[in-house]
Amino acid sequence: MQMALVIDPGKCTGCKQCELACSYVKEGEFNPAKSRIRVFDFHQDARFVPYTCTQCDDAWCQKACPVDAITTNEWGVKEVHDDLCVGCKVCTIACPFGTINFNASTGKVMKCDECGGDPACVKACPTEAIVYMDVEQAGFDKMRAWAAKTDAAAGTATAH
Amino acid sequence: MGWTGQVMRVNLTEGTCTPEALNMEWAGEYLGQRGLASKYLCEEMDPRIDPLSPDNMMIFATGPLTGTCASTGGRFSVITKGALTGAIACSNSGGYWGAELKFAGWDMIILEGKASSPVYLCIIDDKVELLDASDIWGKSVWDTDAWIKTRHQDPQMHISAIGIAGENGVLYAGIVNDLHRAAGRSGVGAVMGSKNLKAIAVRGTGGVKVDDFLAFMTATTAAKKVLAGNAVTGEGLPTYGTQVLMNIINESGALPTRNNRDVQFEDVHDISAEAMAAPSGKDGKPNLQTNQACFSCTIACGRISKVNEEHYTVQNKPEYWHASGGLEYEAAWALGAAVGVKDLDALTYANFICNEQGIDPISFGSTLAAAMEMYEDGVITDKETGGLALEFGSAQALTTAVELTGKAEGFGKELGMGSKRLCDKYGRPELSMTVKGQEFPAYDPRGIQGMGLGYATANRGGCHLRSYTVASEILGIPEKTDPLVTDGKPGLVKAFQDATAAVDSSGLCIFTTFAWTMEDIAPQIDADLPGDWSVDRLLEVGERIWNLERQFNLQAGFTAKDDTLPKRLLNDAAKTGPAKGLVAGLDKMLPEYYELRGWTKEGVPTSETLSRLAL
Repeated sequence: MQMALVIDPGKCTGCKQCELACSYVKEGEFNPAKSRIRVFDFHQDARFVPYTCTQCDDAWCQKACPVDAITTNEWGVKEVHDDLCVGCKVCTIACPFGTINFNASTGKVMKCDECGGDPACVKACPTEAIVYMDVEQAGFDKMRAWAAKTDAAAGTATAH
Repeated sequence: MGWTGQVMRVNLTEGTCTPEALNMEWAGEYLGQRGLASKYLCEEMDPRIDPLSPDNMMIFATGPLTGTCASTGGRFSVITKGALTGAIACSNSGGYWGAELKFAGWDMIILEGKASSPVYLCIIDDKVELLDASDIWGKSVWDTDAWIKTRHQDPQMHISAIGIAGENGVLYAGIVNDLHRAAGRSGVGAVMGSKNLKAIAVRGTGGVKVDDFLAFMTATTAAKKVLAGNAVTGEGLPTYGTQVLMNIINESGALPTRNNRDVQFEDVHDISAEAMAAPSGKDGKPNLQTNQACFSCTIACGRISKVNEEHYTVQNKPEYWHASGGLEYEAAWALGAAVGVKDLDALTYANFICNEQGIDPISFGSTLAAAMEMYEDGVITDKETGGLALEFGSAQALTTAVELTGKAEGFGKELGMGSKRLCDKYGRPELSMTVKGQEFPAYDPRGIQGMGLGYATANRGGCHLRSYTVASEILGIPEKTDPLVTDGKPGLVKAFQDATAAVDSSGLCIFTTFAWTMEDIAPQIDADLPGDWSVDRLLEVGERIWNLERQFNLQAGFTAKDDTLPKRLLNDAAKTGPAKGLVAGLDKMLPEYYELRGWTKEGVPTSETLSRLAL
């Protein structure tokens, strides 16, 4: 089964506990600048949006890597192997979402690897804005919410 | 450990930025933030100096938990001699700025002297420099924030700045960071303005480590569970914000209304949390857009609000149509009940202006309330106000007055002096709702007796955040006491004061203590720092800090005579509510308080007390 980090910005308060948990696990210190997940503050729109790698099935970062330092594990997660990475940064250009980044202190790139199936950000989030679930069920709650809004009398599934 | 061990000392007169090591001996005695920076201030500065002179020092200080994953571990304080009070000032703020300073590698910034022309301090990790601010002098906090981020092409910077109020010498000007979090009280922004310092911009890419990670993660995780499971921190504050208090305090007969003439506000529902959540405006959406957390906070009590676009205050000003920091309880009281105004959009707009221009809404609202009473009495007339009808209940008066105050134009210049100086000027000192020159906030001591002693003895002047006995007297935290009696309150106030001084020195937010006791806090600090940090040690540190601050004030010229309340509260009984017929019983509490503190009858710490606390 493939799992996915499913993010609901509507629940995010902008506390950055996810960034602190991520950097603690990955860097051994509290350091949001080195977190693989980042929270963006769209202050004037009253929105806070956590954002991280979506683990593309056909991953552009992986294809762009000239030394095959990015592999896919059994859960479909793209992992960077620091022993192979040469820090060329081509993957950071290839990624359409900006979620793989260069770490100047190691000379390697860094990205979310879902903590080997037990993501620290999920455990740290106080509002369940980030949850970890079966990727095939990721849209279920949203689908159900829209289903609840359909007009039974008109017999249509048009959202209004 | 939670310290970087580095302090940046900035001499604005010389234009120098010199790093030095954090004094770890003092950190062991005063913990951090409020306590530690107060120690630096007391050691290095004569308490008798003029707060607006270059002799005043200003310290931006983090705590040992700032920048960690301890819930609410993002706080910092600004410590200086207050422009409004002449007492030691310590204004605490959240947002993200304090943690960013730590990530840049600095525990504290010490500012001395005065720049010859406007500057801002730019901190990008270990690169710290003073830069020309002539292009932003005269701009708002919000414009300054945008200008600096654009100038450095870095939207990830966090900025603490003064608005035009601080530049213009408004004596209760605050310092605003992250657009709407504020070191708001005692005029720390006026001090910053007097130094020609417009802003401190910070970007940090380093990390914070703690002494024992395993113990730290265990302690902080357990403490977060306590917050989540508590009715106040897990439900009340995230849902309603501090505005959860508005109806409760009104029902308790302790909501200061129209300059404390009344203790209940008839239109309280219009300015309550429920009103903020009710549909309004043409889009049918409520004033409250969402809640927001400060850095690392799992409570998230912050309010993000919008002013109705059709409201008179903004109908031709689309620049105010976006969401920004909304009304917290103290601001809703100051801009509402204190001046008798019930127009929620007007309150929200006035709050926006306070954030945009760096004005403390508590002191502003209380000062306006005093001016309104003098206007009603005919002491202040249209001649002084320039035709502005300062009538209780007038939203127009509120919103015009707040604009004029920031700009220091017209009658705004007088309002910017604060309530004490304003009432003195017009010969009505008894109408100033202040202690040690600072306006006290949203709890009338006739209905919550412990708060009277708390206001009278708070080292930074009239303030609710030095001993929030409302928790016990109204909410029953940690145990319920009767708000209408004075018995037992001296001990309660002292206990709150000492514990609060420790929490304010840790990097944590005082709101955690609605759920946490010191038993929850001590293990987090103990795992963060070397050495043993027990509850007893923290409380001793808190008491030491309290006495240190007291010593500063005594040396600055304050005496026991200043530990008092306005005559209105001491002599005029509350007219309605549960406290009807009661005055503030300060005289029944103060002597016992001095005794419990180990102070003389003149309110001076005895030599035994000082030596017990190693002072």
